[in-house]
Amino acid sequence: MTQHLPVLLVVVPLVAAPIAALLNRPRLSWAVAVGATLWALYAALELLSQTMVSGAIHYELGGWTAPYGIEYVVDAANAWVVVIVALIGALVTPYARKSVEREITKDRIPLFYAAFILCLTGLLGIAVTGDVFNVFVFLEISSLSAYALIALGNDRRALTASFQYLIMGSVGATFIVIGIGLMYIMTGTLNMADLADRLPEVASSRTIPVAFTFLTVGITLKLALFPLHMWLPNAYTYAPSAVTAFIASTATKVAVYLLLRFFFTIFGATFSFDVMQLDRILMPLALIAIVAMSLVAIYQENVKRLLAYSSVAQIGYMVLGISFVSVLGLTAGILHLFNHALMKGALFMSMGCVMYRVGSVRLEQMNGLGRAMPWTMAAFVVGGLSLIGVPLTVGFVSKWYLVQAALEQGMWPVAGVVLLGSLLALMYVWKVVEVAYFREVDPELGISEAPLSLLAPTWVLVLGNLYFGINASESVGVATRAAEILLGVL
Amino acid sequence: MDINFVVGICLLLPVLGAFLVLILGSRPNVREAATLLTGGLTFWHVWGLLHHVREGARPRLELLEIVPGVQLAFEVEPLGLLFALVASFLWIVTTLYAIGYMRGHHEENQTRFFFFFAIAIAGALAVAFSANLFTLFAFYEVLTLCTFPLVTHHQTDEARKAGRVYLGILLTTSVAFQLLAIIWTWQLADTVDFTEGGILAGTASNGVLSAILILFVFGVGKAAVMPFHRWLPAAMVAPTPVSALLHAVAVVKAGVFTVLKVAVYVFGIDLLGTLAATTWLAWVAAATIILGSLVAFQKDNLKARLAYSTISQLSYIVLGALLANEWGVIGGGMHIAMHAFGKITLFFAAGAVLVAAHEKDISRMHGLGRTMPITFGAFFVGSLSIIGLPPAGGSWSKWFLGMGTLEAGQVGLLAVLMLSSLLGLYYLLEVPVKAFFFRPPDGTDHGKDFKEAPLPSLIAIGITALATVGFFVWPDLWYELMTMVISGVAQ
Repeated sequence: MTQHLPVLLVVVPLVAAPIAALLNRPRLSWAVAVGATLWALYAALELLSQTMVSGAIHYELGGWTAPYGIEYVVDAANAWVVVIVALIGALVTPYARKSVEREITKDRIPLFYAAFILCLTGLLGIAVTGDVFNVFVFLEISSLSAYALIALGNDRRALTASFQYLIMGSVGATFIVIGIGLMYIMTGTLNMADLADRLPEVASSRTIPVAFTFLTVGITLKLALFPLHMWLPNAYTYAPSAVTAFIASTATKVAVYLLLRFFFTIFGATFSFDVMQLDRILMPLALIAIVAMSLVAIYQENVKRLLAYSSVAQIGYMVLGISFVSVLGLTAGILHLFNHALMKGALFMSMGCVMYRVGSVRLEQMNGLGRAMPWTMAAFVVGGLSLIGVPLTVGFVSKWYLVQAALEQGMWPVAGVVLLGSLLALMYVWKVVEVAYFREVDPELGISEAPLSLLAPTWVLVLGNLYFGINASESVGVATRAAEILLGVL
Repeated sequence: MDINFVVGICLLLPVLGAFLVLILGSRPNVREAATLLTGGLTFWHVWGLLHHVREGARPRLELLEIVPGVQLAFEVEPLGLLFALVASFLWIVTTLYAIGYMRGHHEENQTRFFFFFAIAIAGALAVAFSANLFTLFAFYEVLTLCTFPLVTHHQTDEARKAGRVYLGILLTTSVAFQLLAIIWTWQLADTVDFTEGGILAGTASNGVLSAILILFVFGVGKAAVMPFHRWLPAAMVAPTPVSALLHAVAVVKAGVFTVLKVAVYVFGIDLLGTLAATTWLAWVAAATIILGSLVAFQKDNLKARLAYSTISQLSYIVLGALLANEWGVIGGGMHIAMHAFGKITLFFAAGAVLVAAHEKDISRMHGLGRTMPITFGAFFVGSLSIIGLPPAGGSWSKWFLGMGTLEAGQVGLLAVLMLSSLLGLYYLLEVPVKAFFFRPPDGTDHGKDFKEAPLPSLIAIGITALATVGFFVWPDLWYELMTMVISGVAQ
């Protein structure tokens, strides 16, 4: 069975989704989701260990050889992304049971789990496939199910948020498919490795730069790079808590992976950055994202929205790392992909706990929660410290590599911006901490600590923030390997 | 027992003590006994390391590799041992003092207080024993964060604002400057290990190394070099034991200790002497010495006056490092110990007055000396040490610092030291003089309303005051440790 793992990783959840919908019982559908996510986690870890031991795995779907059939390719770069997605999925599902019962009407819960598993399927599919059209298909699966998930939020504004995301997301997806189509016209192939071989011959034509441009805009829209991030804050704010925790830690990460795959593996670093000079666009946008979006985050009164803007800023860090086009820079970017999933997962999950007990995550309703919900707020504090980049948390490891990558190229003002971003993060995190710890809780509200099924997954991520911050050799090793593969140094 | 293992025990004991405090929270007497016991055990183990370090051993404990090439590791060398001895000894004394103070002053949340206190000590010891810049930075930040709940202990609006200043300045300087300097050092030298003779020599131009030195000196916000000193007066909203141990000893000394350590083991004093920025920064420290004293002069609130006095005195140590010669380093290192014992005595006394007489302002302490002779007597002795007058330990460190300025050929800096001592003479001795010789303005007799502070506090004050005098007669331990730092470098 192990040789079929790359496809089973995707197929098992794909089959599980309609089963969850057909069972139509909240508990049963949930159980299916748990099974599907645990399977995905097992398969992902297995794939990662295989690729780290014996290099890239190539799997031909239905036995049709590449480049004619669809090929799944797993190397250190995407095995890593698959692990992130599956890990967050496996933690969010147990968390979702109670959280969703509170936030979504009962008759829609089975549909929720069906959409949730589909979204997971799509994200996993994007990560493992070696075929660009397949990327588009999975992108649509994950996006459409994400629109549905966001629209399930109990706030009526969730509908407009979802609609906004639908429009923007469809524009992005369309741009991506146009780009893919143009590449297909010029090369006659959709296989990534094959494209990488054939593109240099036709790179001097006008079509390929146009395809490149469409893809750039489409992908950066999906990953919410400033200024194409407009869909993200509303979507994260009004979606059900479990959905926010899942999407915030996975969807944009997968889009960042797409950026890496398209511009490093398919177009090649030489074409993307020497000829098209993409880094000259990415770096300033990333820097603006870090500063401007952190500043906006400071002024938010809704903590989920605050964290959403912080996400846009953090995506800036990842893109910044990529824009150095060096092993160190890519390592920093890829590392932050994982580290940010850990911290934002923990933070959004702790806000889900608050939502569960308080029914709101607006600051004025979080007075004194440090005393009423000590474990929840402690999780927020640790996640926040990680976001700031305090040593012994994962955030610090990311900063350590980013600043190194900047100094390596002599760009010390860029290093300064990275550190400035940390201080801005301190300001918006501390704003929440002060409300939670320095104000008195209203005893009439009778707020108590969140239930264990919400706290346990949250704390797994919190401890992950500490563990991978103290013992980062493993994650740095994988990220470095991925960076070397993408840059073709290996 | 394996000597490297002892290093781990020294760091773990306070953490264990902290959790004991949490478990025993409901029974205050047992809880405080646990803190005293762990304090005693910690000091005993640190003291046990002294013997080995004297024989030239450098106990080393490597925990794990955080990222490739950078370890979380500890190594005991003389300078770190000096700091650890001071911090762990004064922890015991302060706990004794805190028992009297916290109960006498009816403070709330005492369990949380003693918990974070123990964690802070663990952080300070980890800073003292750090084997590389990375480990030092990590625990430097741990120290910042775990003292935040202590500073904001009262959870009032005032405490919240002070906490903002505290965290804001300490985290901003450390993240924006110090971290940048550390990563830059790592890029240039390919190592961040503390090495005798330094690691930066010959790696970059004078200008780049000067820039890194500037980043280090201002990046170590805990050393309170102006203009990054505002956090220290802000931290005075904390209960007095916190001000005494953390903001006169553990936290601030972690700052100046870092500066000394970077000067000696990252730059090396030979390289330091050749850098363009060194003299310039020495004058910044000199300005802080004078300005700190001048501001202290004007403060009527006793704790605020002591805070500015601390700012001024910390820059003596920074200056010692920047003189870039052996006398400067010896004087600076000894001043860590001397100032610690002197200043903690002053804070103890200030807290005792607050608990017994409920007075914060110097102008309202007239005549209190007759009611509280031990407290104000101790204040007098502590003041002598800070000013640098015999028979108190501070005279030795000031003596060596003075020799350092002459060795560096900076007569101007010597004049600064003298002037600051004269200012100190006035602003510190004013307190006991007014307490003993002035009459209360309204002519009331305090004698019937209250007496000296609670007994545990009084014992603590007595211990530190006696130690201050003792170090005048026997400064050998500190001197010996500092000469080992220097001779190690000279080899």
